Amino acid sequence: MLEVTSTRHNPGIDPMLHVWGWEIPLYLFFGGLVAGMMVLAGVAMLRTARGEDTKAFFSIQTPLLGFMLLNIGMLALLLDLAHPLYVWAIYITFQPLSPMSWGSWVLLIVYGLLLISALIRLPESWPWLGERVPLLQKASDVFVKHPGRMRGLGVANIAFGIAVGIYTGILLNTMVARPLWNSAVLPLLFLFSGLSAAAAAVHLATVVFPGRPAPRGLIGGALAAMTQPLGAEPPAKKTIDTVIRADVAFLIIELVLIALLLLSLATSTLSHIEAARLLFSGSYGLVFWVGVVAIGILTPIVLQALELSHRIPHTVVPAVLVLAGGFALRWVLVNAGQASAIVQATAP
Amino acid sequence: MARYGMVIDTRKCVGCMDCVVACETENNVPVGFSRDWITTEVRGTFPDLTMEIRSERCNHCENPPCVTCCPTGASHVSELGIVKVTAERCIGCKACISACPYGARYVHPKGYVDKCTFCDHRIKDGKDPACVSVCPTHCMYFGDLDDPKSTVSSLLRTRKWHTLLPEAGTRPRVFYLT
Repeated sequence: MLEVTSTRHNPGIDPMLHVWGWEIPLYLFFGGLVAGMMVLAGVAMLRTARGEDTKAFFSIQTPLLGFMLLNIGMLALLLDLAHPLYVWAIYITFQPLSPMSWGSWVLLIVYGLLLISALIRLPESWPWLGERVPLLQKASDVFVKHPGRMRGLGVANIAFGIAVGIYTGILLNTMVARPLWNSAVLPLLFLFSGLSAAAAAVHLATVVFPGRPAPRGLIGGALAAMTQPLGAEPPAKKTIDTVIRADVAFLIIELVLIALLLLSLATSTLSHIEAARLLFSGSYGLVFWVGVVAIGILTPIVLQALELSHRIPHTVVPAVLVLAGGFALRWVLVNAGQASAIVQATAP
Repeated sequence: MARYGMVIDTRKCVGCMDCVVACETENNVPVGFSRDWITTEVRGTFPDLTMEIRSERCNHCENPPCVTCCPTGASHVSELGIVKVTAERCIGCKACISACPYGARYVHPKGYVDKCTFCDHRIKDGKDPACVSVCPTHCMYFGDLDDPKSTVSSLLRTRKWHTLLPEAGTRPRVFYLT
């Protein structure tokens, strides 16, 4: 028997660590979602560079949608900071061993990339702006009329999208004190969860924001650019099917990675086994197996497979479930991870 | 550079919490927070029990995970080899709190992360940390681990000792004599 008593009672630390509430899971969710959207947008940009799909949606305004969603994530991150007035301190240094330092600088580049990627396509979706701001039209021509540059931008979007997707996992992964996070599978899991969420979000956006001919004026044009984040032309059925097929593939990979995560924990030290046990009981177990696995992954796989084989009509239900599952995954891993700790061996 | 460390004799500690009170007074620790605390560990099955009472605090690890994860460099190792936080650089992201296996850090009500400093303001004047200086059983020793003639070095050579959670690989500089 081992009985440990402590006089310590620090808020957020005792009886178990809980310094990160809803803000960090929300930030990790939006970070992963935007990371996935950058990869999808990057692939679409490569197609645009080849002269395919030049007018439609993904390459045109996914970056704009991503930019807006990233701001929600960054707001959540800012709300989590206990000393927010000192946030500038991140950008006067670079700490090569700190994943958060890497992430902060990468996010700065991502902001720039998303902004460039969104701005250069704005004159197409909001002609009024292109006519009034010749500089923007010129900047747009610099990229859109040169397949090589478009390809470069696409590759940059894919590379930095993957970097952000992986970073959100590495951030947790490097903390030796929290055994649940100590698996190299975690960064990959977050990346693929982000990709599936991105495919779902893009799918959802095509339904929520139906394409209409863009009004040309100041207000109408701006509204159209903002509320039709996927552009004026509705996407072709073939492309939507490709997105759904990609989503199913991402979800299956996610399922395999979850199995690998549990396996890697279950075959490791006592602390890691105890950490994995957190996901098998109580509220964490419920959210993990029902919220993440059943509702967030298995149900959308089945529904989307049935949709693709035309056995049931297309709906946004699977997309909504995937997004909810993506958030539930971050929520349960951040919370159960904080509750996990290095376990002391007891004498028999 | 000195390599300061602390040696605590668990055979002498009675858990009176004088060290805790002295720390709160010396460092103006906000009410409800602790930079050091008493842990009582009971092992065995009645009637064959052993008890260890420890005065615990930041271990000022040689491999501090709280310092490597800090995105701003606010968490750092000072020129005295002590793990410290610069309040004016801390953004309150709490990564260091998650990274610490010992729960030694907390968010100060003013927003920055706070912790034991080994009372480096006293060390600079040649004094012991407040907790060490008030201990009524004289169970705590403080000194330079690199100096073979220091009390802490000779105790670690002659007595059996352990550190907390050695499996975390942090190499603590607070040692417990058994």
